[in-house]
Amino acid sequence: MRFLPSQELKMEQDINITITDREGKVHKIEAPTDMAMNLMEVVRSFEIEPEGTVGVCGGMAMCASCQCYVLSDTVLPEMQDDEEAMLSEAFYVKDNSRLGCQIQMTPEMEGLIVELAPES
Amino acid sequence: MRFLPSQEYMIKTDILIIGAGPTGLFTVFEAGLLKLKCHLIDALPQPGGQCSEIYPKKPIYDIPAYPEILAGDLTEKLIEQSKQFEPGFTLGERAETIDKQEDGSFIVTTNKGTKHQAPIVAIAGGLGSFEPRKPPIHNITDFEDKGVEYIIKEPELYRNKNVVIAGGGDSALDWSIFLSDVASSVTLIHRRNEFRGALDSVEKVQKLKNEGKIKLITPAEVVGIVGDDKVDAIVYKTADHIQKKVTLETDHFIPLFGLSPKLGPIANWGLEIEKNAIIVNNALDYQTNIPGIFAIGDVNTYPGKLKLILCGFHEATLMCQAAYKIINPGKRLVLKYTTVSGIDGFDGSRKEAPKAVIKKIE
Repeated sequence: MRFLPSQELKMEQDINITITDREGKVHKIEAPTDMAMNLMEVVRSFEIEPEGTVGVCGGMAMCASCQCYVLSDTVLPEMQDDEEAMLSEAFYVKDNSRLGCQIQMTPEMEGLIVELAPES
Repeated sequence: MRFLPSQEYMIKTDILIIGAGPTGLFTVFEAGLLKLKCHLIDALPQPGGQCSEIYPKKPIYDIPAYPEILAGDLTEKLIEQSKQFEPGFTLGERAETIDKQEDGSFIVTTNKGTKHQAPIVAIAGGLGSFEPRKPPIHNITDFEDKGVEYIIKEPELYRNKNVVIAGGGDSALDWSIFLSDVASSVTLIHRRNEFRGALDSVEKVQKLKNEGKIKLITPAEVVGIVGDDKVDAIVYKTADHIQKKVTLETDHFIPLFGLSPKLGPIANWGLEIEKNAIIVNNALDYQTNIPGIFAIGDVNTYPGKLKLILCGFHEATLMCQAAYKIINPGKRLVLKYTTVSGIDGFDGSRKEAPKAVIKKIE
């Protein structure tokens, strides 16, 4: 049996996503799908925004600091009650608003394009 | 008898802890074992930090020896554990300034002017102090304390006044219920028809609405404030398909959209800060660049830092040892095990392991 170099393994599991940060800079990212990461955690692990400004509640859909606007037609996981409730109290909410912490990085998210909502 | 002006009154302690979250609360216990007294300052009106404010009903699974514990219960247990060391609390006030004194101690003053003096300051501030989230209405800051209040401090302010409350959570519901008895009118505006609060509160608001004591406007959003030097009216936008803007006369507008943490005034204390956290000397004692000021728990950063409650407990423990050495220079200190030594509370209580019974076998 031959082991593949780790980069090759990584390629298979990664998906391409595009995140526009709060200053308008576009980040093209290869996000892992085998780490049980959600979009909020991807933003944090790639340090796209200053630490402490995204994912304040840790991913419980209780703070809306990871709110983003979904710009691609990617089929997303259905919104649960707690996410919907949080978004109904958040600011700068649009029809395409979602909480990053509720979007898991799965192969189905390939090609996802989002823009982070302003800090509030 | 003469009362001193409040400025002259000073709360004195050994370790002044800024932040009454889990790390700050556990510090009281570890300091108490070393006979050091603690006083805690927190911007929130209750201890517990995020555990009480954001997720009291959520379970935590990585507290050693608790396979599962609710965040609110963890706070209660920590308070119980440190009770015999009689910590002092300054709650609902934010630590604003720090001044080093000639004798090496620090005076920390809150936004309400309460002064605290201690040789050691331990910042256990988590993500910062919780500040109300302000809705993005362009002129809202012009009306702060002129009819716009983000926190209800004095309900009597609203007696016989017209009040508009915005929000969909527990505080919006609970204050609407409370003020319906005080104000001459209460209008609750929320972006959805559904409310997130406790079922009991939702039902009460429904009842008060049916009785005409609360006016409910949903789905709608407040988008403007009208007035010269105080609030005269608000403008709301209905969120239906046919959007329309309506002006509603009111004396007060109270947006209740929860709190979000901000590092705040601590950022101006001359401490080295990186990524919204205070840099400390890794794994030695968590002292900052200012001797005598420590940073523990989520508020600090060092290579390998993990923002976990259990790591905050560890950091608090090491910090207390360093604090002891600063307060008692040259004194020998030996690590004591609570099982062996027991615990002597400042309240005179003593806890100790029961003595083994020696009995001869005939």
